[in-house]
Amino acid sequence: MGFFYRRSILSLLSISAFLALWYGLAVYLNSETLPTPVTVAKVLIAEIQSGQLTHHLSTTLYRLSISFSIAMLLGCAIGILLGRHKKLDNFLDNWLVIFLNIPALVTIILCYVWFGLTETAAILAVVINKLPNVIVTIREGARALDTELLDMAKCYRFSKSKTLRHVIWPQLHPFVMAATRSGLALIWKIVLVVEMLGRSDGMGYQLHLFFQLFDVTSILAYTVAFVTLIQGIELLILKPLDKHAQRWR
Amino acid sequence: MNDLTINITDKSYLNSTEKSSKQVIKDLQLNLANNEFVCLVGPSGCGKTTLLNILAGLDTAFSGNVSLNENHKAPKVGYVFQNPRLLPWRTVQENIELASEEKIKTLDFLLESMGLATEKDTFPTHLSLGMSRRVAIIRAFAIDPDLLLMDEPFVSLDPPTARQAQQLLIDLWSKRPHKVLFVTHDLREAITLADRLIFLNSNPMSVITEIPVSIPRKERRQEAKIEQFRQQLFIDYPEITALL
Repeated sequence: MGFFYRRSILSLLSISAFLALWYGLAVYLNSETLPTPVTVAKVLIAEIQSGQLTHHLSTTLYRLSISFSIAMLLGCAIGILLGRHKKLDNFLDNWLVIFLNIPALVTIILCYVWFGLTETAAILAVVINKLPNVIVTIREGARALDTELLDMAKCYRFSKSKTLRHVIWPQLHPFVMAATRSGLALIWKIVLVVEMLGRSDGMGYQLHLFFQLFDVTSILAYTVAFVTLIQGIELLILKPLDKHAQRWR
Repeated sequence: MNDLTINITDKSYLNSTEKSSKQVIKDLQLNLANNEFVCLVGPSGCGKTTLLNILAGLDTAFSGNVSLNENHKAPKVGYVFQNPRLLPWRTVQENIELASEEKIKTLDFLLESMGLATEKDTFPTHLSLGMSRRVAIIRAFAIDPDLLLMDEPFVSLDPPTARQAQQLLIDLWSKRPHKVLFVTHDLREAITLADRLIFLNSNPMSVITEIPVSIPRKERRQEAKIEQFRQQLFIDYPEITALL
């Protein structure tokens, strides 16, 4: 227990040091473009109380979760398929390379041009950006599946769903978690650009608005909310999931 | 119930260059009567594992045919692999139950007799190799197989545990008879267990000779009888000395 105690003190110290540094720099520069943490905190509270921040943050979170779920589901299915079928993999590999290398901005612009400035186009743009990454990661996992265990499952006549659940999925789990983590980091960034270019709500839209007003304090307030939320997802959802899946080690 | 007839005319592996191939099995004919316990004895690398994989339906790239059908229904095959092949992310109990379609009534008895009663909820990563092997053996027993394939299941068990496992295997088999095909290097083990010994040679694999074990089952625990039978084998069939 002493270890965890010391660790939490250490992280508290490091965050305090960061805030102190920020505060010192802001006071020293005394500029409109770098407000102190206190000013930012005040704006943050005001934005939360007005409901503005909650509205935009939840809109973004909604887009994020929809596009994330679609990308993960499709990516896992296609990744397993490609990992298990060599011919299909050889055929589609070039497609993957092409999609991996299309800049996110291009996909976003094309989606808006082709499908209009709609919600569907926005989500589609995020999915297309994320999907190739998931496929590549899961494909690696599916290639490395233990054939001895698959043979065992076949010999003992495991059904398809039983094999997937008890033999394949646990082996893919680390790869799925890797895809989830890198995916969240990527999607957050892309969602903002998508919103900035073609939506009239969400974090991206708000940040764009603040930029035009040169309102750095609000930008920082939104950023703090943002970072806190991601950390919350990591600590409250991903870490427990990891822990549960690793209990046999 | 039918006999098991195996007739494999050719089983070859392509070399990595895919230009030449190596023949592992050629014109192999085996017959297993109902409820018969047969031990396959042969040098390592002679293709015994390949044969078991064919029988388990894991390897279908061969010429010939294997008729396993009992009453037009695919038989249940229990397979104890050379490695335990347990799912590391499932507990001992889950590993055994997953392999079985029905609920296992004898689970507690099996765990008890293999000395694993306290390890029900343990994950295989926390078991010793010997314990994992015993779990794999229980898994194969628990499905009530029509055909039990065992690929050197007692290798690397310490002698007392191996003897205990052999005894249990025989007990279970006499309680609920089924066909057993047991691969081993150990002639003493083979004589202790089998109704019939089949000696195989390699490159490609074929049958050298088949010898019924004439010692009554009741007397199989006497080491002297086993040893005597073994010595007699070497005198009667000098060709098998080269295999062991």
